Amino acid sequence: MTVVLEAEGLTKRFPGRQAAAVDGVDLRLEEGRVLALLGANGAGKTTTLRMLTTLTRPTGGSARVAGADIRTSGSAVRRRIGVVGQYAALDEVLSGRANLVLFGRLLGLAPAAARQRAAELLVQFDLVEAAGRPVGQYSGGMRRRIDLAVALINRPRVLFVDEPTTGLDPVARRSLWDAVRELVDKGTAVVLTTQYLEEADALADDVVFLRDGSVALAGSIDELRLLAGPPRIETRPPSLEDLYLTLYGPTTAEENR
Amino acid sequence: MTRAITQSIVLAGRTFGHWRAQPVPFLVNLLFPTLVLLMMGGLLGGAIAGDLPTYFWYAVPGVLAVAMLFGLEGTMLAITTDAKNAITDRLRSLPISGAAVPAGRCLADMAASLLALATTCTAGLLMGWRPGSWTGLVEAALVLLAFRFALLWLGLFAGLRATSPEVVVAVQILVWPISMLSSVFVDPATMPRWLGAVAEWNPLSAAANAVRELTGSPTFTSTTWAGQHAVMLSLVTSGVVTAVFAPLAVRAYRNLDA
Ligand SMILES: Nc1ncnc2c1ncn2[C@@H]1O[C@H](COP(=O)(O)OP(=O)(O)O)[C@@H](O)[C@H]1O
Ligand SMILES: [Mg+2]
Repeated sequence: MTVVLEAEGLTKRFPGRQAAAVDGVDLRLEEGRVLALLGANGAGKTTTLRMLTTLTRPTGGSARVAGADIRTSGSAVRRRIGVVGQYAALDEVLSGRANLVLFGRLLGLAPAAARQRAAELLVQFDLVEAAGRPVGQYSGGMRRRIDLAVALINRPRVLFVDEPTTGLDPVARRSLWDAVRELVDKGTAVVLTTQYLEEADALADDVVFLRDGSVALAGSIDELRLLAGPPRIETRPPSLEDLYLTLYGPTTAEENR
Repeated sequence: MTRAITQSIVLAGRTFGHWRAQPVPFLVNLLFPTLVLLMMGGLLGGAIAGDLPTYFWYAVPGVLAVAMLFGLEGTMLAITTDAKNAITDRLRSLPISGAAVPAGRCLADMAASLLALATTCTAGLLMGWRPGSWTGLVEAALVLLAFRFALLWLGLFAGLRATSPEVVVAVQILVWPISMLSSVFVDPATMPRWLGAVAEWNPLSAAANAVRELTGSPTFTSTTWAGQHAVMLSLVTSGVVTAVFAPLAVRAYRNLDA
Protein backbone atom coordinates (compact mmCIF):
# COMPACT_ATOMS: atom_id res chain seq x y z
CA MET A 1 0.00 0.00 0.00
CA THR A 2 1.19 3.49 -0.87
CA VAL A 3 1.90 5.76 2.05
CA VAL A 4 0.19 9.10 1.37
CA LEU A 5 1.03 10.87 4.58
CA GLU A 6 4.01 10.66 6.83
CA ALA A 7 4.86 13.10 9.60
CA GLU A 8 7.83 13.01 11.93
CA GLY A 9 8.16 15.11 15.03
CA LEU A 10 5.72 17.70 13.71
CA THR A 11 5.85 20.67 16.09
CA LYS A 12 4.26 24.09 16.30
CA ARG A 13 5.13 26.76 18.82
CA PHE A 14 3.10 29.94 18.51
CA PRO A 15 5.05 33.09 19.32
CA GLY A 16 4.54 34.25 22.89
CA ARG A 17 3.22 30.90 24.05
CA GLN A 18 5.08 28.79 26.56
CA ALA A 19 3.70 25.36 25.64
CA ALA A 20 3.88 24.00 22.10
CA ALA A 21 0.45 23.71 20.45
CA VAL A 22 1.67 20.58 18.68
CA ASP A 23 4.65 18.79 20.13
CA GLY A 24 6.53 16.15 18.15
CA VAL A 25 3.62 14.37 16.46
CA ASP A 26 4.33 11.32 14.28
CA LEU A 27 1.67 10.22 11.79
CA ARG A 28 1.37 7.72 8.99
CA LEU A 29 -1.47 6.99 6.60
CA GLU A 30 -1.91 4.66 3.66
CA GLU A 31 -4.05 5.08 0.58
CA GLY A 32 -7.77 4.39 0.97
CA ARG A 33 -7.70 4.64 4.76
CA VAL A 34 -9.16 7.05 7.26
CA LEU A 35 -7.07 8.54 10.04
CA ALA A 36 -8.96 10.14 12.92
CA LEU A 37 -7.24 12.67 15.15
CA LEU A 38 -9.09 12.58 18.44
CA GLY A 39 -8.76 14.98 21.30
CA ALA A 40 -10.47 17.54 23.47
CA ASN A 41 -10.67 21.23 22.60
CA GLY A 42 -7.18 22.69 22.44
CA ALA A 43 -5.49 19.31 22.03
CA GLY A 44 -3.83 20.50 18.81
CA LYS A 45 -6.00 18.84 16.16
CA THR A 46 -6.63 21.93 14.05
CA THR A 47 -3.04 23.09 14.27
CA THR A 48 -1.83 19.66 13.11
CA LEU A 49 -4.22 19.74 10.18
CA ARG A 50 -3.23 23.29 9.28
CA MET A 51 0.43 22.31 9.17
CA LEU A 52 -0.26 19.28 6.99
CA THR A 53 -2.28 21.42 4.59
CA THR A 54 0.43 24.14 4.38
CA LEU A 55 -1.77 26.77 6.05
CA THR A 56 0.53 27.02 9.06
CA ARG A 57 4.31 26.69 8.97
CA PRO A 58 5.68 24.07 11.40
CA THR A 59 8.37 25.19 13.79
CA GLY A 60 9.82 21.70 13.94
CA GLY A 61 9.67 18.27 12.36
CA SER A 62 8.77 17.33 8.83
CA ALA A 63 5.97 15.80 6.82
CA ARG A 64 5.29 14.47 3.34
CA VAL A 65 1.75 14.62 2.01
CA ALA A 66 0.82 12.88 -1.26
CA GLY A 67 4.50 12.52 -2.00
CA ALA A 68 5.46 16.17 -1.51
CA ASP A 69 7.27 17.89 1.34
CA ILE A 70 4.99 20.35 3.15
CA ARG A 71 7.89 22.73 3.83
CA THR A 72 9.57 22.84 0.45
CA SER A 73 6.85 21.82 -2.03
CA GLY A 74 3.77 23.59 -0.69
CA SER A 75 2.16 24.11 -4.06
CA ALA A 76 2.60 20.45 -5.03
CA VAL A 77 0.92 19.47 -1.77
CA ARG A 78 -1.92 21.91 -2.41
CA ARG A 79 -2.50 20.45 -5.87
CA ARG A 80 -3.06 16.97 -4.44
CA ILE A 81 -5.15 17.64 -1.36
CA GLY A 82 -8.62 18.82 -0.46
CA VAL A 83 -9.25 20.80 2.71
CA VAL A 84 -12.44 21.24 4.67
CA GLY A 85 -11.85 23.56 7.59
CA GLN A 86 -13.49 23.56 10.99
CA TYR A 87 -15.89 26.27 9.79
CA ALA A 88 -17.45 26.31 6.33
CA ALA A 89 -15.19 28.36 4.07
CA LEU A 90 -17.59 29.51 1.41
CA ASP A 91 -18.76 32.65 -0.24
CA GLU A 92 -21.99 33.26 1.67
CA VAL A 93 -23.38 35.67 -0.91
CA LEU A 94 -22.95 33.40 -3.91
CA SER A 95 -25.06 30.34 -4.63
CA GLY A 96 -23.83 26.81 -4.03
CA ARG A 97 -23.38 26.33 -7.74
CA ALA A 98 -21.52 29.64 -8.12
CA ASN A 99 -19.18 28.62 -5.28
CA LEU A 100 -18.37 25.34 -7.01
CA VAL A 101 -17.77 27.06 -10.35
CA LEU A 102 -15.65 29.75 -8.70
CA PHE A 103 -13.32 27.29 -7.00
CA GLY A 104 -13.30 25.03 -10.06
CA ARG A 105 -12.12 27.96 -12.17
CA LEU A 106 -9.44 28.76 -9.59
CA LEU A 107 -8.30 25.15 -9.76
CA GLY A 108 -7.66 25.62 -13.45
CA LEU A 109 -10.85 24.22 -14.99
CA ALA A 110 -12.17 25.98 -18.10
CA PRO A 111 -15.60 27.62 -17.63
CA ALA A 112 -17.54 24.75 -19.25
CA ALA A 113 -15.57 22.10 -17.37
CA ALA A 114 -16.08 23.95 -14.08
CA ARG A 115 -19.84 24.09 -14.65
CA GLN A 116 -19.85 20.39 -15.57
CA ARG A 117 -17.93 19.41 -12.44
CA ALA A 118 -20.22 21.61 -10.32
CA ALA A 119 -23.27 19.84 -11.72
CA GLU A 120 -21.75 16.41 -10.93
CA LEU A 121 -20.93 17.37 -7.36
CA LEU A 122 -24.34 18.95 -6.77
CA VAL A 123 -25.92 15.62 -7.72
CA GLN A 124 -23.43 13.63 -5.67
CA PHE A 125 -24.12 15.70 -2.57
CA ASP A 126 -27.87 15.98 -3.03
CA LEU A 127 -27.78 19.74 -3.43
CA VAL A 128 -29.41 20.12 -6.83
CA GLU A 129 -32.51 21.74 -5.41
CA ALA A 130 -30.58 24.26 -3.33
CA ALA A 131 -27.97 24.92 -6.03
CA GLY A 132 -29.25 28.38 -6.91
CA ARG A 133 -29.69 29.69 -3.38
CA PRO A 134 -27.04 31.77 -1.59
CA VAL A 135 -24.93 29.56 0.68
CA GLY A 136 -25.69 31.96 3.54
CA GLN A 137 -29.20 30.50 3.60
CA TYR A 138 -28.09 26.84 3.78
CA SER A 139 -28.64 24.67 6.85
CA GLY A 140 -25.63 23.40 8.80
CA GLY A 141 -25.71 20.02 7.07
CA MET A 142 -26.01 21.50 3.57
CA ARG A 143 -23.19 23.90 4.31
CA ARG A 144 -20.99 21.02 5.36
CA ARG A 145 -21.85 19.09 2.20
CA ILE A 146 -21.17 21.98 -0.17
CA ASP A 147 -17.93 22.65 1.70
CA LEU A 148 -16.94 19.03 1.19
CA ALA A 149 -17.99 19.20 -2.48
CA VAL A 150 -15.72 22.22 -3.03
CA ALA A 151 -12.81 20.31 -1.49
CA LEU A 152 -13.38 17.44 -3.93
CA ILE A 153 -13.43 19.44 -7.16
CA ASN A 154 -9.88 18.45 -8.08
CA ARG A 155 -10.30 14.81 -6.96
CA PRO A 156 -7.69 15.04 -4.18
CA ARG A 157 -5.57 12.08 -3.14
CA VAL A 158 -5.75 13.09 0.47
CA LEU A 159 -8.73 14.85 2.00
CA PHE A 160 -8.42 16.75 5.28
CA VAL A 161 -11.59 17.43 7.25
CA ASP A 162 -11.61 19.33 10.53
CA GLU A 163 -14.47 18.31 12.83
CA PRO A 164 -16.81 17.31 10.01
CA THR A 165 -19.96 16.86 12.06
CA THR A 166 -19.64 19.16 15.05
CA GLY A 167 -22.98 20.88 15.45
CA LEU A 168 -24.85 18.64 13.01
CA ASP A 169 -27.98 16.70 13.84
CA PRO A 170 -27.76 12.89 13.71
CA VAL A 171 -29.28 12.61 10.23
CA ALA A 172 -26.96 15.18 8.71
CA ARG A 173 -24.08 13.52 10.55
CA ARG A 174 -24.86 10.15 9.04
CA SER A 175 -25.25 11.55 5.55
CA LEU A 176 -21.79 13.12 5.90
CA TRP A 177 -20.34 9.84 7.14
CA ASP A 178 -21.79 8.12 4.08
CA ALA A 179 -20.20 10.71 1.82
CA VAL A 180 -16.80 10.13 3.46
CA ARG A 181 -17.15 6.33 3.19
CA GLU A 182 -17.96 6.63 -0.49
CA LEU A 183 -14.78 8.61 -1.10
CA VAL A 184 -12.68 6.16 0.83
CA ASP A 185 -14.12 3.28 -1.20
CA LYS A 186 -12.82 5.05 -4.30
CA GLY A 187 -9.32 5.18 -2.82
CA THR A 188 -9.10 8.64 -1.29
CA ALA A 189 -7.21 8.82 1.97
CA VAL A 190 -8.92 10.91 4.63
CA VAL A 191 -7.56 12.66 7.70
CA LEU A 192 -10.28 13.92 9.98
CA THR A 193 -10.36 15.38 13.43
CA THR A 194 -13.15 14.78 15.86
CA GLN A 195 -14.15 15.12 19.47
CA TYR A 196 -16.56 12.20 19.13
CA LEU A 197 -15.39 8.66 19.80
CA GLU A 198 -18.50 7.50 18.01
CA GLU A 199 -17.38 9.24 14.84
CA ALA A 200 -13.93 7.69 14.97
CA ASP A 201 -15.57 4.37 15.59
CA ALA A 202 -17.83 4.78 12.56
CA LEU A 203 -15.22 6.00 10.08
CA ALA A 204 -11.63 5.50 11.14
CA ASP A 205 -9.15 2.79 10.27
CA ASP A 206 -6.40 4.43 12.26
CA VAL A 207 -6.76 6.58 15.36
CA VAL A 208 -4.41 9.03 17.02
CA PHE A 209 -5.33 10.47 20.40
CA LEU A 210 -3.83 13.90 20.97
CA ARG A 211 -3.42 15.40 24.41
CA ASP A 212 -1.81 18.82 24.95
CA GLY A 213 -0.25 18.63 21.51
CA SER A 214 1.35 15.20 21.92
CA VAL A 215 0.27 11.76 20.83
CA ALA A 216 -1.23 10.05 23.86
CA LEU A 217 -2.12 6.84 22.06
CA ALA A 218 -2.09 5.66 18.46
CA GLY A 219 -2.98 2.54 16.54
CA SER A 220 -5.41 0.90 14.17
CA ILE A 221 -9.02 0.95 15.27
CA ASP A 222 -8.97 -2.82 15.84
CA GLU A 223 -5.94 -2.64 18.10
CA LEU A 224 -7.50 0.17 20.08
CA ARG A 225 -10.85 -1.59 20.36
CA LEU A 226 -9.07 -4.50 21.98
CA LEU A 227 -7.43 -2.12 24.42
CA ALA A 228 -10.46 -0.06 25.17
CA GLY A 229 -13.36 -2.45 25.20
CA PRO A 230 -16.68 -1.36 23.73
CA PRO A 231 -16.83 2.26 22.56
CA ARG A 232 -18.68 4.70 24.77
CA ILE A 233 -21.30 6.93 23.29
CA GLU A 234 -20.80 10.26 24.96
CA THR A 235 -23.58 12.60 24.07
CA ARG A 236 -26.84 10.73 23.59
CA PRO A 237 -28.15 7.48 24.97
CA PRO A 238 -28.32 5.09 21.99
CA SER A 239 -32.00 4.39 22.43
CA LEU A 240 -32.95 8.05 21.99
CA GLU A 241 -30.69 8.44 18.97
CA ASP A 242 -32.23 5.36 17.35
CA LEU A 243 -35.64 6.83 17.98
CA TYR A 244 -34.57 10.13 16.43
CA LEU A 245 -33.25 8.39 13.36
CA THR A 246 -36.44 6.41 12.86
CA LEU A 247 -38.41 9.63 13.21
CA TYR A 248 -36.38 11.88 10.93
CA GLY A 249 -33.82 9.82 9.12
CA PRO A 250 -33.73 7.73 5.97
CA THR A 251 -31.53 5.12 7.67
CA THR A 252 -31.20 3.62 11.12
CA ALA A 253 -28.11 3.62 13.22
CA GLU A 254 -27.77 -0.13 12.77
CA GLU A 255 -27.51 0.08 8.99
CA ASN A 256 -24.68 2.52 9.35
CA ARG A 257 -22.56 0.43 11.62
CA MET B 1 1.88 33.86 -15.39
CA THR B 2 -1.19 33.55 -17.64
CA ARG B 3 -2.63 31.23 -15.00
CA ALA B 4 -2.08 33.88 -12.33
CA ILE B 5 -3.84 36.45 -14.53
CA THR B 6 -6.80 34.11 -15.13
CA GLN B 7 -7.00 33.43 -11.39
CA SER B 8 -6.98 37.18 -10.62
CA ILE B 9 -9.78 37.79 -13.12
CA VAL B 10 -11.80 34.88 -11.68
CA LEU B 11 -11.36 36.33 -8.18
CA ALA B 12 -12.36 39.80 -9.35
CA GLY B 13 -15.37 38.18 -11.03
CA ARG B 14 -16.38 36.90 -7.62
CA THR B 15 -16.85 40.49 -6.46
CA PHE B 16 -18.83 41.33 -9.59
CA GLY B 17 -21.00 38.30 -8.69
CA HIS B 18 -21.61 39.92 -5.29
CA TRP B 19 -22.81 43.08 -7.02
CA ARG B 20 -25.24 41.06 -9.10
CA ALA B 21 -26.45 39.01 -6.09
CA GLN B 22 -26.80 42.06 -3.84
CA PRO B 23 -27.47 45.11 -6.01
CA VAL B 24 -28.74 47.29 -3.17
CA PRO B 25 -25.53 47.58 -1.13
CA PHE B 26 -23.64 47.95 -4.41
CA LEU B 27 -25.83 50.85 -5.53
CA VAL B 28 -25.73 52.50 -2.11
CA ASN B 29 -21.93 52.42 -2.20
CA LEU B 30 -21.90 53.67 -5.76
CA LEU B 31 -24.24 56.56 -5.06
CA PHE B 32 -22.97 57.47 -1.59
CA PRO B 33 -20.49 60.11 -2.83
CA THR B 34 -23.31 61.68 -4.85
CA LEU B 35 -25.42 61.73 -1.70
CA VAL B 36 -22.59 63.46 0.15
CA LEU B 37 -22.33 65.97 -2.67
CA LEU B 38 -26.06 66.72 -2.52
CA MET B 39 -26.04 66.85 1.25
CA MET B 40 -23.03 69.11 1.66
CA GLY B 41 -23.78 71.15 -1.42
CA GLY B 42 -27.53 71.42 -1.17
CA LEU B 43 -27.74 71.93 2.59
CA LEU B 44 -24.53 73.72 3.52
CA GLY B 45 -23.24 75.02 0.20
CA GLY B 46 -25.26 78.22 0.30
CA ALA B 47 -23.98 79.04 3.76
CA ILE B 48 -20.37 78.24 2.86
CA ALA B 49 -20.04 79.87 -0.55
CA GLY B 50 -22.96 82.27 -0.71
CA ASP B 51 -24.61 80.53 -3.61
CA LEU B 52 -25.03 76.94 -4.73
CA PRO B 53 -23.44 76.92 -8.22
CA THR B 54 -20.23 78.40 -6.85
CA TYR B 55 -20.16 75.84 -4.09
CA PHE B 56 -20.75 72.85 -6.37
CA TRP B 57 -17.92 74.15 -8.54
CA TYR B 58 -15.71 73.94 -5.45
CA ALA B 59 -17.12 70.78 -3.89
CA VAL B 60 -17.31 68.35 -6.84
CA PRO B 61 -13.52 67.82 -7.05
CA GLY B 62 -13.43 67.44 -3.28
CA VAL B 63 -16.15 64.80 -3.26
CA LEU B 64 -14.40 62.95 -6.09
CA ALA B 65 -11.36 62.66 -3.81
CA VAL B 66 -13.56 61.54 -0.90
CA ALA B 67 -15.10 58.88 -3.16
CA MET B 68 -11.61 57.38 -3.46
CA LEU B 69 -11.16 57.50 0.31
CA PHE B 70 -14.46 55.63 0.77
CA GLY B 71 -12.86 52.80 -1.23
CA LEU B 72 -10.45 52.19 1.65
CA GLU B 73 -13.16 50.80 3.92
CA GLY B 74 -14.49 48.73 1.00
CA THR B 75 -11.12 47.04 0.59
CA MET B 76 -10.74 46.48 4.31
CA LEU B 77 -14.25 45.09 4.66
CA ALA B 78 -13.70 42.62 1.81
CA ILE B 79 -10.42 41.38 3.32
CA THR B 80 -11.69 41.07 6.89
CA THR B 81 -14.93 39.37 5.82
CA ASP B 82 -12.98 36.79 3.82
CA ALA B 83 -10.76 36.13 6.82
CA LYS B 84 -13.79 35.75 9.09
CA ASN B 85 -15.53 33.34 6.70
CA ALA B 86 -12.28 31.36 6.34
CA ILE B 87 -12.29 32.11 2.59
CA THR B 88 -8.78 33.46 3.00
CA ASP B 89 -7.66 30.06 4.32
CA ARG B 90 -9.50 28.18 1.59
CA LEU B 91 -7.81 30.32 -1.06
CA ARG B 92 -4.46 29.69 0.63
CA SER B 93 -5.12 25.95 0.55
CA LEU B 94 -5.57 26.04 -3.23
CA PRO B 95 -2.75 25.62 -5.74
CA ILE B 96 -3.06 29.21 -6.97
CA SER B 97 -0.50 31.97 -7.37
CA GLY B 98 0.16 33.93 -4.18
CA ALA B 99 -0.21 37.13 -6.22
CA ALA B 100 -3.66 36.23 -7.53
CA VAL B 101 -5.55 37.10 -4.34
CA PRO B 102 -4.22 40.67 -3.96
CA ALA B 103 -4.35 41.17 -7.73
CA GLY B 104 -7.98 40.05 -7.87
CA ARG B 105 -8.83 42.41 -5.01
CA CYS B 106 -7.02 45.17 -6.86
CA LEU B 107 -8.98 44.62 -10.10
CA ALA B 108 -12.34 44.48 -8.34
CA ASP B 109 -11.72 47.51 -6.11
CA MET B 110 -10.25 49.67 -8.85
CA ALA B 111 -13.27 48.82 -11.01
CA ALA B 112 -15.59 49.79 -8.16
CA SER B 113 -13.79 53.09 -7.65
CA LEU B 114 -13.77 53.82 -11.38
CA LEU B 115 -17.55 53.34 -11.39
CA ALA B 116 -17.92 55.57 -8.33
CA LEU B 117 -15.79 58.18 -10.07
CA ALA B 118 -17.90 58.07 -13.22
CA THR B 119 -21.15 58.24 -11.25
CA THR B 120 -20.01 61.14 -9.08
CA CYS B 121 -18.66 63.01 -12.12
CA THR B 122 -22.01 62.60 -13.84
CA ALA B 123 -23.80 63.90 -10.76
CA GLY B 124 -21.38 66.84 -10.68
CA LEU B 125 -22.07 67.63 -14.34
CA LEU B 126 -25.80 67.55 -13.60
CA MET B 127 -25.19 70.07 -10.78
CA GLY B 128 -23.57 72.42 -13.25
CA TRP B 129 -19.91 71.56 -12.70
CA ARG B 130 -17.93 71.85 -15.96
CA PRO B 131 -14.34 70.64 -16.25
CA GLY B 132 -12.21 73.03 -18.26
CA SER B 133 -11.16 70.36 -20.74
CA TRP B 134 -11.71 66.65 -21.30
CA THR B 135 -7.99 65.92 -21.22
CA GLY B 136 -7.90 67.75 -17.91
CA LEU B 137 -10.69 65.53 -16.66
CA VAL B 138 -8.85 62.38 -17.76
CA GLU B 139 -5.66 63.59 -16.07
CA ALA B 140 -7.65 64.33 -12.93
CA ALA B 141 -9.16 60.83 -13.04
CA LEU B 142 -5.66 59.34 -13.30
CA VAL B 143 -4.47 61.32 -10.26
CA LEU B 144 -7.53 60.12 -8.34
CA LEU B 145 -7.02 56.49 -9.37
CA ALA B 146 -3.38 56.69 -8.33
CA PHE B 147 -4.63 57.91 -4.94
CA ARG B 148 -7.12 55.00 -4.82
CA PHE B 149 -4.36 52.56 -5.79
CA ALA B 150 -2.28 53.74 -2.82
CA LEU B 151 -5.31 53.36 -0.54
CA LEU B 152 -5.80 49.86 -1.90
CA TRP B 153 -2.46 48.71 -0.51
CA LEU B 154 -3.06 50.52 2.74
CA GLY B 155 -6.45 48.77 2.95
CA LEU B 156 -4.99 45.36 2.12
CA PHE B 157 -2.35 45.74 4.81
CA ALA B 158 -4.73 47.09 7.44
CA GLY B 159 -7.38 44.49 6.51
CA LEU B 160 -4.91 41.62 6.85
CA ARG B 161 -3.73 42.93 10.20
CA ALA B 162 -7.23 43.68 11.51
CA THR B 163 -8.58 41.06 13.87
CA SER B 164 -12.23 41.37 12.85
CA PRO B 165 -14.58 43.21 10.46
CA GLU B 166 -15.55 45.43 13.40
CA VAL B 167 -12.25 47.26 12.99
CA VAL B 168 -13.59 48.59 9.70
CA VAL B 169 -16.29 50.49 11.57
CA ALA B 170 -13.56 52.59 13.16
CA VAL B 171 -12.24 53.43 9.71
CA GLN B 172 -15.75 54.26 8.48
CA ILE B 173 -16.05 56.75 11.33
CA LEU B 174 -12.56 58.22 10.96
CA VAL B 175 -13.14 58.96 7.29
CA TRP B 176 -15.38 61.85 8.35
CA PRO B 177 -13.03 63.94 10.52
CA ILE B 178 -10.32 63.25 7.92
CA SER B 179 -12.56 64.63 5.16
CA MET B 180 -13.58 67.62 7.25
CA LEU B 181 -9.98 68.43 8.10
CA SER B 182 -9.09 69.00 4.46
CA SER B 183 -9.87 71.29 1.56
CA VAL B 184 -12.62 68.91 0.37
CA PHE B 185 -15.60 70.89 1.65
CA VAL B 186 -14.19 74.24 2.79
CA ASP B 187 -11.18 76.45 2.15
CA PRO B 188 -8.59 75.74 4.88
CA ALA B 189 -7.93 79.50 5.01
CA THR B 190 -11.22 79.83 6.88
CA MET B 191 -10.02 77.44 9.60
CA PRO B 192 -7.99 78.32 12.69
CA ARG B 193 -4.42 78.73 11.49
CA TRP B 194 -2.85 75.52 12.75
CA LEU B 195 -5.86 73.41 11.71
CA GLY B 196 -5.75 75.07 8.30
CA ALA B 197 -2.11 74.05 7.97
CA VAL B 198 -2.96 70.46 8.85
CA ALA B 199 -5.80 70.53 6.34
CA GLU B 200 -3.56 71.84 3.59
CA TRP B 201 -1.12 68.99 4.05
CA ASN B 202 -3.84 66.34 4.25
CA PRO B 203 -3.27 64.00 1.26
CA LEU B 204 -7.00 64.23 0.60
CA SER B 205 -6.57 67.98 0.04
CA ALA B 206 -3.73 67.35 -2.38
CA ALA B 207 -5.97 65.00 -4.39
CA ALA B 208 -8.91 67.43 -4.32
CA ASN B 209 -6.75 70.43 -5.21
CA ALA B 210 -5.08 68.49 -8.01
CA VAL B 211 -8.50 67.79 -9.51
CA ARG B 212 -9.44 71.48 -9.13
CA GLU B 213 -6.24 72.51 -10.86
CA LEU B 214 -6.50 69.98 -13.71
CA THR B 215 -10.18 70.63 -14.40
CA GLY B 216 -9.91 74.39 -14.02
CA SER B 217 -12.29 74.42 -11.06
CA PRO B 218 -11.76 77.24 -8.56
CA THR B 219 -8.72 76.69 -6.43
CA PHE B 220 -8.56 78.65 -3.24
CA THR B 221 -5.71 81.12 -3.28
CA SER B 222 -3.25 79.18 -1.24
CA THR B 223 0.06 80.71 -0.39
CA THR B 224 1.53 77.48 0.94
CA TRP B 225 3.79 75.22 -1.03
CA ALA B 226 1.34 72.32 -0.59
CA GLY B 227 -1.53 74.29 -2.06
CA GLN B 228 0.49 75.41 -5.07
CA HIS B 229 1.94 72.01 -6.01
CA ALA B 230 -1.14 69.86 -5.54
CA VAL B 231 -0.75 67.59 -8.58
CA MET B 232 2.84 66.73 -7.86
CA LEU B 233 2.20 66.42 -4.14
CA SER B 234 -0.72 64.05 -4.70
CA LEU B 235 1.19 61.85 -7.12
CA VAL B 236 4.24 61.72 -4.84
CA THR B 237 2.10 60.90 -1.80
CA SER B 238 0.33 58.11 -3.67
CA GLY B 239 3.68 56.79 -4.88
CA VAL B 240 5.19 56.80 -1.39
CA VAL B 241 2.16 55.17 0.24
CA THR B 242 2.15 52.48 -2.45
CA ALA B 243 5.89 51.91 -2.11
CA VAL B 244 5.54 51.50 1.65
CA PHE B 245 2.32 49.52 1.93
CA ALA B 246 2.47 47.24 -1.11
CA PRO B 247 5.48 45.30 0.26
CA LEU B 248 4.00 45.39 3.78
CA ALA B 249 0.71 43.97 2.48
CA VAL B 250 2.48 41.24 0.51
CA ARG B 251 4.49 40.36 3.59
CA ALA B 252 1.40 40.33 5.81
CA TYR B 253 -0.25 37.96 3.33
CA ARG B 254 2.77 35.65 3.27
CA ASN B 255 2.98 35.70 7.06
CA LEU B 256 -0.55 34.38 7.45
CA ASP B 257 1.09 30.95 7.74
CA ALA B 258 3.05 31.95 10.86
N1 LIG C 1 -2.95 31.25 15.99
C1 LIG C 1 -2.70 30.84 17.25
N2 LIG C 1 -1.95 31.58 18.08
C2 LIG C 1 -1.67 31.17 19.32
N3 LIG C 1 -2.11 30.03 19.85
C3 LIG C 1 -2.87 29.23 19.09
C4 LIG C 1 -3.21 29.60 17.74
N4 LIG C 1 -3.99 28.60 17.22
C5 LIG C 1 -4.11 27.69 18.19
N5 LIG C 1 -3.45 28.04 19.32
C6 LIG C 1 -3.37 27.26 20.57
O1 LIG C 1 -2.87 25.99 20.25
C7 LIG C 1 -3.51 24.99 21.02
C8 LIG C 1 -4.12 23.95 20.10
O2 LIG C 1 -5.19 24.53 19.40
P1 LIG C 1 -5.98 23.76 18.26
O3 LIG C 1 -5.02 23.16 17.33
O4 LIG C 1 -6.96 24.73 17.69
O5 LIG C 1 -6.74 22.64 19.07
P2 LIG C 1 -8.00 21.75 18.70
O6 LIG C 1 -8.27 21.90 17.24
O7 LIG C 1 -7.63 20.37 19.08
O8 LIG C 1 -9.14 22.26 19.53
C9 LIG C 1 -4.54 25.71 21.89
O9 LIG C 1 -3.97 25.91 23.15
C10 LIG C 1 -4.73 27.02 21.18
O10 LIG C 1 -5.08 28.02 22.09
MG1 LIG D 1 -10.01 22.60 16.26
